Amino acid sequence: MYKTVIGLEFHCEMKSHTKVFSNAINGYSKLSNEYVRPIDMAFPGTLPVVNKTCVKKAIEMAMILNCKIPEYMEFDRKHYFYPDLPKGYQLTQFFNPVGVNGKITIDVNGHEKEVLIHDIHLEEDAASLDHYYDTSNIDYNRAGVPLLELVTEPCLYSAEEAICFLETIRSIYQYTDISDCDTKKGQIRADVNVSIMDEDSSVFGTKVEVKNVNSFDAIRQTIEYEIKRQTELKETGRYDEVIQETRRWDDETKTTVHMRNKADAVDYKYFTEPNIPKYRITESLKEEIRKSIPLLAGERKDKYINEYHLSEYDANVLVKSKKISDYFEECLSLGSDAKSACNWITTKVLSEVNKEDEITIDDVYVRPNMLSELIDLIDKKKITNNQGKEVFAKMISDHLTPKEIVKKYNMEVLEDDNLIDSFIEEVVNENEKAITDYHNGRTNMLDYLVGQVMKKSKGKANPVMVKEKMIEKIK
Amino acid sequence: MIKDGIVDLHKKLESGEIKEEDLVKKSIECCHEVQDKTNAFVTIIDDAKSEKVNSDLLSGIPYGIKDIFSTKDILSTGSSNTLKDYVPFFDATCVKNLKSHGCVGVAKTVLDELGMGGTGTTGHTGSVHNPWDLNRMTAGSSAGSAASVACGCYPFALGSDTGDSIRKPAAYCGIVGYKPTYGMISRYGMFQFASSLDTVGVLSRSVEDAAIVVDGMKGIDENDMTSWDSSDIHLYGSLNKDVKNKKLFYIKEVCDIENYDNPSEELKSHLENFKKTLDICESLGMSVEGVSIDKTLLNALPSVYVVISCAEATSNMSNLTGISFGPRGKGNNPEEMIKDHRTHGFSPLIKRRFVIGSYVLQSENQEKYFLNAKRVRRMIVDKMNELFEKYDAMIAPVGTGPAKYLDDSKNILSKDTSVLEELLQIGNYGGYPSITIPNGFVSSLPVGINITGSVKDDQNVLNIAYALESKMEYKNQLAKEVK
Repeated sequence: MYKTVIGLEFHCEMKSHTKVFSNAINGYSKLSNEYVRPIDMAFPGTLPVVNKTCVKKAIEMAMILNCKIPEYMEFDRKHYFYPDLPKGYQLTQFFNPVGVNGKITIDVNGHEKEVLIHDIHLEEDAASLDHYYDTSNIDYNRAGVPLLELVTEPCLYSAEEAICFLETIRSIYQYTDISDCDTKKGQIRADVNVSIMDEDSSVFGTKVEVKNVNSFDAIRQTIEYEIKRQTELKETGRYDEVIQETRRWDDETKTTVHMRNKADAVDYKYFTEPNIPKYRITESLKEEIRKSIPLLAGERKDKYINEYHLSEYDANVLVKSKKISDYFEECLSLGSDAKSACNWITTKVLSEVNKEDEITIDDVYVRPNMLSELIDLIDKKKITNNQGKEVFAKMISDHLTPKEIVKKYNMEVLEDDNLIDSFIEEVVNENEKAITDYHNGRTNMLDYLVGQVMKKSKGKANPVMVKEKMIEKIK
Repeated sequence: MIKDGIVDLHKKLESGEIKEEDLVKKSIECCHEVQDKTNAFVTIIDDAKSEKVNSDLLSGIPYGIKDIFSTKDILSTGSSNTLKDYVPFFDATCVKNLKSHGCVGVAKTVLDELGMGGTGTTGHTGSVHNPWDLNRMTAGSSAGSAASVACGCYPFALGSDTGDSIRKPAAYCGIVGYKPTYGMISRYGMFQFASSLDTVGVLSRSVEDAAIVVDGMKGIDENDMTSWDSSDIHLYGSLNKDVKNKKLFYIKEVCDIENYDNPSEELKSHLENFKKTLDICESLGMSVEGVSIDKTLLNALPSVYVVISCAEATSNMSNLTGISFGPRGKGNNPEEMIKDHRTHGFSPLIKRRFVIGSYVLQSENQEKYFLNAKRVRRMIVDKMNELFEKYDAMIAPVGTGPAKYLDDSKNILSKDTSVLEELLQIGNYGGYPSITIPNGFVSSLPVGINITGSVKDDQNVLNIAYALESKMEYKNQLAKEVK
């Protein structure tokens, strides 16, 4: 067996109102070239203007990753000619990235692992190309969209570790609102570096880079495929065929394909962008940013377990996605009991999410205020628990609030004591035999009697209350 | 010909002595006459609309725009084949600002291709001729702007200055050329050459007009992060000839004739004339001292410029691919198309500079050339800042004499004059305010003198020039063809 060594370069499109060096909208559009300003097409005389929000978010991420933050924020030009790169260079951070030498602890199936971060930097995306039979179209919507690129040290040793790491990073991006990491909108891309080496060796094997892998699934498959490919070559004595090269993942054939050799690598001729004066990252700015870092998944999970006494399992389900966790916390802020809210969300609400592909908790008709209202109705014994479930189902089908459903279907619990007493009286009179049997030890008769009362109340009496009254009556 | 400066024109417009539309018409007519002789224009805007005069000094005044500035709906070529049909859809900030003051752009003037060059001979529409002697060059790159202002097409024209592109052609054409402090005027919409050196400025026939125009263009701009707020600076309103007790210095190594082995007659006359101007300075109550600067540092000036400007230019002009705009190159794939566009679009001079720029930026050369050039630039700026602590400004002769011949073979090149020839680049290294004014004649051709001061000390620099100008007879000077 061989040891696998993996390093990742993870690119993620950031959320922001405008692009990173342009005042065009940073948004997802089905219409090509909708969000374009002169600089996005590099018209002569245009100049970059830095988006301060993106800079702050980049510093925030560098802090979360425990990176060293430089004294100044600077940007560098990376030169190469390609039709998707209108300026002929990409603005990135080469000499002084916003964060270097970081680390973060991740959980791999219950085991803690420390992942070392080489650097994180802020840069701009290129335009996108749509290829047709005999033409290619350039869509500048993506040109200038802010990207955070995170580079790990070669310190991941399996596909599983790599995916766990990426899931942790995705969760942080989502909790900090830095990015939605939506693969369907092409918001993430990874360059995956894989090599294998003898278990007892300290010398790294030949590194192969697989570029632009754009989903977690594909990243896992890429790593697994490369391990298999390289292992097979090594075992058959053909390890010299593993060369320092750039490959790409082919989703159709589920293989990686050669793109170019390392020797063909271009010299990017980096130099510092002269149009952006270097910007001092002061202690007070760092302090301001540090204070703005929200509770992340792990911290929320601890809080749910320690303060709300939820099980670890439930806490994990809630924090798995920020949207779910936010939904839960909104219910609490509206006064709902944590355990009730958790139960409703982990069962009913999430089963709605799972019914359809491509929807999130935000798409479920029942919003936190409605769920809180429903929980409140049950807590106040206006409806029974079973009725609650029915109300929930009808909210989804009828698109009405809990109170509207209760009213529409006349489901309110009967609270008229006298009426319930008279139903009990009737049932006792009509079921002498059952009562006798009950006294002779057939305790299940009690449920039968309660059932009879519920029937007379058309299900609107509170069964717990009826049971108590019945016991009192026939004791 | 429009002989008046801005203030007099304004009075005539206000009094009705000249009608706004007649002034614009006159300006355009003059441009056509001048074009035949000097080839100063890429475009003469025949349908330019006049603007009503109001209390603003600049209202209704026609002017020329170097073709390196983006002008909405008007061809803007950068004098390059790569942009020969490019019609922008936005105005450069400085043009927009002048528009809002009521100025009327009547022509786009020829430059050395994309601002790169100091001869006025590399534009895609051909060489610009010096109106004082059509066999001579104007210098560049603001060649057409200098020639047309010297011919009286209008009182002023816009220029850009990366090494001396405003200040040298101004001297060769006998007019005023002012490069304000870096960032005082937004660069947005000016085609970038070397971003850390590029400065917007003006060519005019008086210091007063230069001040009025820069007042109208300057200001912080949200589109240029290197621009700064100068709302408390009023250059024209604060012009003052009282320069008593100001301290000037000149650099002995380049200004004293005894430091040249075989000086040409022109250089001798030029430096003699320079010394006469120093006497005028003293008569104004200023003191003038010669200072020494390490020759090694001075000798590095031209190469620092070559390395930094070529590196930045190579990068800045990477957008000229013919993909998003400009004539589309031929080829079977994008790489071939880009190559074709650039091979046919650029002149040999530019290509040479791109090769140098790429070479000094290559990872194995970057430390040795590019980063060292930046370090030497810093050393020069530190030395200048040290001198500006003690002195109010530097005074220097512009170039080594009058305009050179268009025919290269007639120019006597001497290695030991290269520092003096390139001296004004110091103004760009430090982003200093720097102004050239005419100070006489050598071989019957105009020569100039330059005042350079500390960053943001524009007022001081202008006042010194203003006082000097008043003691000489070249204010509002127009070209008289020498033959």
